[in-house]
Amino acid sequence: MNTRVNDPMLPRSFRVQRVRRETYDTFSLELKPARGNGGYKFSPGQFNMLYVFGTGEVPISISGDPLNPQKLVHTTRMVGPVTQAMGKLKKDDIIGVRGPFGTHWPVELAEGKDVVIVAGGIGLPPLRPAIYYLLKNRDKYNKLILLYGARTKDEILYPRELEQWRSRFDLDVHVTVDRGTGDWRGNVGVVTTLIPKAPFDHTNTIAFVCGPEVMFRFTVIELLKRALPHNCIYVSMERNMKCGVGLCGHCQFGTTFICKDGPVFRFDHIKDLLEKQEI
Amino acid sequence: MDNIEKLIAEHAFFKGLDPKYLKLLAKCATIEQFDAEDIIYREGKPAKGFYLVLQGRIGKEVNVPHRGPITVQTIEEGGVAGWCWLVPPHNNCFTARAYEKTKTVTMDGECVREKCLEDQLLGYEFYKRFTNVIIAQLQATKLQLMDIYAVQS
Amino acid sequence: MVQQSKPHPDLGVLSRNHLQLLLDAIKAMGYRTIGPIVKNSAITLDELDRVEELPVGWMDAQESAGYRLQERRDAALFGYVVGPESLKRFLYPPEQRLSEATRTRNGWKIEEAEREVQPLAFLGVRPCDLHALAALDKVLLAGEYADSGYKLRRENTMLIAVNCGNPSGTCFCTSMGTGPKAESGYDLALTEIIQNGGHYFVVEIGSKKGEELLARIPHDTASQQQASDADSVTAGAVKKMGKSLDTSGLHDLLFRSIEHAQWKDVGTRCLTCGNCTMVCPTCFCSTVEDYTSLDGVAAQRTRKRDSCYTMEYSYIHGGSVRYSPAARYRQWLMHKFATWIDQYGTFGCVGCGRCITWCPAGIDVTEELRIIRVSEILDTMSASTKES
Repeated sequence: MNTRVNDPMLPRSFRVQRVRRETYDTFSLELKPARGNGGYKFSPGQFNMLYVFGTGEVPISISGDPLNPQKLVHTTRMVGPVTQAMGKLKKDDIIGVRGPFGTHWPVELAEGKDVVIVAGGIGLPPLRPAIYYLLKNRDKYNKLILLYGARTKDEILYPRELEQWRSRFDLDVHVTVDRGTGDWRGNVGVVTTLIPKAPFDHTNTIAFVCGPEVMFRFTVIELLKRALPHNCIYVSMERNMKCGVGLCGHCQFGTTFICKDGPVFRFDHIKDLLEKQEI
Repeated sequence: MDNIEKLIAEHAFFKGLDPKYLKLLAKCATIEQFDAEDIIYREGKPAKGFYLVLQGRIGKEVNVPHRGPITVQTIEEGGVAGWCWLVPPHNNCFTARAYEKTKTVTMDGECVREKCLEDQLLGYEFYKRFTNVIIAQLQATKLQLMDIYAVQS
Repeated sequence: MVQQSKPHPDLGVLSRNHLQLLLDAIKAMGYRTIGPIVKNSAITLDELDRVEELPVGWMDAQESAGYRLQERRDAALFGYVVGPESLKRFLYPPEQRLSEATRTRNGWKIEEAEREVQPLAFLGVRPCDLHALAALDKVLLAGEYADSGYKLRRENTMLIAVNCGNPSGTCFCTSMGTGPKAESGYDLALTEIIQNGGHYFVVEIGSKKGEELLARIPHDTASQQQASDADSVTAGAVKKMGKSLDTSGLHDLLFRSIEHAQWKDVGTRCLTCGNCTMVCPTCFCSTVEDYTSLDGVAAQRTRKRDSCYTMEYSYIHGGSVRYSPAARYRQWLMHKFATWIDQYGTFGCVGCGRCITWCPAGIDVTEELRIIRVSEILDTMSASTKES
């Protein structure tokens, strides 16, 4: 569906179908257009600008299934006034949507390769659409490996889905927490510690990495130690956004606009900028 | 090569070590099996040595009053648990508990220290490997300390 | 003598006394004229109807952190260059209502805000500002998403440029290749000539609209002499530029200098007041603000001009990515002289000098860039003397 018909700054009204509490500060919204039955087409890794009427607008990655366009899903963490207000929305409330914007996880380049997906904390939702896509087209890829690090076991997102994925023989899932509390008997340590032993062939692998910048910088270091070439690693960047369409200037990162040249970048294209501070 | 020697040779920690040293170190080694929830060693007690994990998972815990044990790190297959035997007073720094059925090659600390004194080249190889492990774990620990997934304010 | 009367077929000549007719013709074509006037001791832009409202006999003395109007000895209508304002005040206004939402029985209804567009004719646009407009066109119209408000306003714009004869102390358009003569992008371009008791304008047509406008008023074809006099005006201006900038390899030089000590140095002087971004004719950054009625039934979204010098500009949960003034200054300067080229194919700077004039701390972009360039040369020299 073409969202560029009208002014790109005009949000489209969507209705909340379902609100799901994921953890104490993270929730998922399932949305449907307020008018019409059209599905929402997007590519994994893209984001929408979500507008909470009267409060404000924020960029949120789409975390649903790109092959099931009837349900538009966003998983968000409450970190500011807009996301706090978003967390208070209920079924049938209206929210404004603009998008989809940005570049996507290049799943088309993964065919015939091992795919390593490394997610840290709130970095899992933007990767979930890619995981869905890869699983639906499973026979096109060699090994599929998911490495996921969360802060504690209570902050693990999508635990039931992770269990389902873990039970599959065609997907290697490793979950670790930074701090082991209670009866957690799984891996304890930062997600980077899962990389040295991950069973991928470095000569034929593509990696998708998403999470806080510190996490993905150190993850990339570990992937490079495994001799994975720079141009086989993709990361997702984040910056302040006010428009999402390359006009407000806020999301600039060196020569790029995160909203249109990103948020997904091939690592070698931004490697030099990442090494500098305050860019 | 007998069984223990082979297990030591295959473990990631001793990769590339001269076979004559593997033979020597095998004299300090025993194979141990633990069930889930078995305590392998306790914080504060004299350190027996270190554990090459062949199978399973060991959790390093600190006991916090009112909160119970917090796991600060887990060691899986290919990893090494226990370093505090290296330095005086040679007591365990943490409590180690098996989180699932775990099999280890356990190296006796005093025995290994003696062999390193006798042959300083072995000592060098040993400390070289341990330094790598410690640096990697320190980096990971620093990242853990940064609490990168926490909401900044 | 024969030379003087030979006509120059492409140029017209308009006497000063007939300039009012030009203004009247513009009005007859349905445009409101915006031009330079003297207000608050500066040349600012405002609507005008009469030639007498122009800054007759005024010139501007501009320097780093200094702006003063001075009286001229003649009655030139355009004897100055640029004031703090530029066309973006009218074409990409500081506040633009984007949308309005009202609460309904079962949710919210949202609509695009009404766009009221008044055709505007800009009189006295300097060549640097024409280039600035072309730069803004690339940013706001040529991307995947265009700004619909700007597009509408731009389609209803007339541009009457004036070539420069009196560059100011902070002008460096020749270094940026943007002046002092307008090459394109205008409907009409005038060059003011006052000599031998005569006062007239040599006129160049730049578009069909300009042709139509000129046809409505009495004018002659310019003679070769008059054409050459016009050329002398701009040729003379080339020699009087207040500042200069070596732009060769500037993009790459800046990328090599991302961690240069000069940024820290300018960071101790820069107040991050954002004046430069306000007066710069190409700065386009904006933000969107939300307003709700007290009873919560109406909400609107308004675009507001913004500056990369604020802490909020780069704020993501937890803090600002560019928290030091040095980093924010670097962002602005590198955008103008390096990354703009990667993004839009030209420099973002047109050499109008406004940022130098209006910076309260007296920071001069040409100086900062010169220091960075020279220090690299010195480093290279000292490195090679070490080797030999």
